[in-house]
Amino acid sequence: MMFNNLLETWLPNVKWDTLWEATMETLYMSVLAVAATFVLGIFLGLTLYLTDKGNLWQNKVIHAITAALVNVFRSIPFIILIILLIPFTTFLVGTMLGPSAALPALVIGAAPFYARMVEIGLREVDKGVIEAAQSMGANQWHIIFKVLLPESMPALISGITVTSIALVSYTAMAGVIGAGGLGDLAFREGFQRTNPDVTFVATIAILIIVFILQWIGDWITNKLDKR
Amino acid sequence: MIRLQQLSKVFQARSDSIRAVDNVDLSINTGEIFGVIGYSGAGKSTLIRMLNMLERPSAGNVTVADWNMADLSGRRLREARQEISMIFQHFNLLWSRTVKENIAFPLEIAGVSKQKRAERVEELTELVGLSGRGDAYPSQLSGGQKQRVGIARALANNPKVLLCDEATSALDPKTTDSILDLLTDINKKLGLTIVLITHEMHVIRKICHRVAVMDGGKVVEQGLVIDVFRNPEQDMTKEFVKQVTEPEETLDALKDILKSSENGLVVKLMFLGEDAEQPVMTDLIRTCGVAVNILQGKVSKTRDGSYGTLFVQLQGNKEELDKAWQYLQEHRVEAEVLNDV
Repeated sequence: MMFNNLLETWLPNVKWDTLWEATMETLYMSVLAVAATFVLGIFLGLTLYLTDKGNLWQNKVIHAITAALVNVFRSIPFIILIILLIPFTTFLVGTMLGPSAALPALVIGAAPFYARMVEIGLREVDKGVIEAAQSMGANQWHIIFKVLLPESMPALISGITVTSIALVSYTAMAGVIGAGGLGDLAFREGFQRTNPDVTFVATIAILIIVFILQWIGDWITNKLDKR
Repeated sequence: MIRLQQLSKVFQARSDSIRAVDNVDLSINTGEIFGVIGYSGAGKSTLIRMLNMLERPSAGNVTVADWNMADLSGRRLREARQEISMIFQHFNLLWSRTVKENIAFPLEIAGVSKQKRAERVEELTELVGLSGRGDAYPSQLSGGQKQRVGIARALANNPKVLLCDEATSALDPKTTDSILDLLTDINKKLGLTIVLITHEMHVIRKICHRVAVMDGGKVVEQGLVIDVFRNPEQDMTKEFVKQVTEPEETLDALKDILKSSENGLVVKLMFLGEDAEQPVMTDLIRTCGVAVNILQGKVSKTRDGSYGTLFVQLQGNKEELDKAWQYLQEHRVEAEVLNDV
């Protein structure tokens, strides 16, 4: 009882069920966006790496196109990207409101960022090991799935950890234009209605999510890294 | 087993081109351990990499087993490569895999079933002396153990040829010897043809049957190891032979003696095969009446015989010294006078 009283005294405007709902929306957006970013980012990163000079699928044109796409989408500020993507989102999801509507923008904003990290991770793979695999008669799929990806996995995981934290803050921005979640809560309930306690609690919730993501990422990276 | 004909490789740099390998002709027999020695930049690495097409030749032919390697590509090249395996200076193991998983890697590539893979991996781990270490990761192994994994991995698909690209250059002398013993062992047990490149004459001396010396992309000298030791023709070859026959810094150590020796000859003697085991020195003292002061000596063993060098100071009058010189000539001991009296 003491505890409940304390909460009511210090945080009078926080509605706990709303907070819980907002947290779930943020988690929903983050988790799905991280999963999609992981796949798309690895695809783009592999394309960048493999088509680069001296690598397996060396191809100037494809490399230049991919690099240009990645650079453009990485450079557009996220808040503008969401607005630019409204027609695309409406076409894809049917609406531009709600957590699902935030997903296309989140993935398109984060995947290029992650793709560069994937590329860096792949470049760290020892060329000698790739050569060894070739000398054993490995084909290109063997090299991608048995050498490049497993050997760079710790870098790929720590990269997606950093990206997922960026994604959580992107969800907060997406919240402002109607995606829901903790960002939306902090902005509308907290800022616009001058309830600083709501903003404060929403921030704490976001911090907890970020710490948990970081901890999971570090744990997996350590587990995988046998160097 | 392996034939190289007029093999060349030219690397195109921005303005000029570099002939890394220049018109090389070699043939290597089945079951032979063939060594290629040269300093870095001599083109030996490019040469060995053209045997499995990691490097494409600019001109010439490479025939391994019955394949004309330069004609192969795609699937047929990959199949050929499974029979021409390679080990590397820096081992090139996958750090994300255990010893067993590393050895299983080429078997996975060849599409061997899971159960057969496990059996073969077990066999190989034992063959290279790594039983009990199968679940360790490469980072937990010493250099020598890593190379053993490399060798096991290379043998997994029962290759006909094993290429060794400076396989012992990153290892200390003791580990080098144990790896060389393992290679000799495999060569005998499996009748595998081994081609190795190195810059250490010690490696050639210890396990090779024949050797080719490379300089500036060309093979400048080749032959049986014992013959090359006996009669090195090129200066380059002589230097390499010196690596094993003369202890390092010999000449430095002798410098003082050379300066101060007014009453004697300082002579370098080279013994070969059975001569190395005969009491030439004793006879020399008895028959010629010279005093012999032994300064330094070393006997090295090659696969086909011994080879020794001895630095001695001969003391006596002019007549005795001439007689001693005569004696040495007659006994097929190669001698070289290092100072003039």
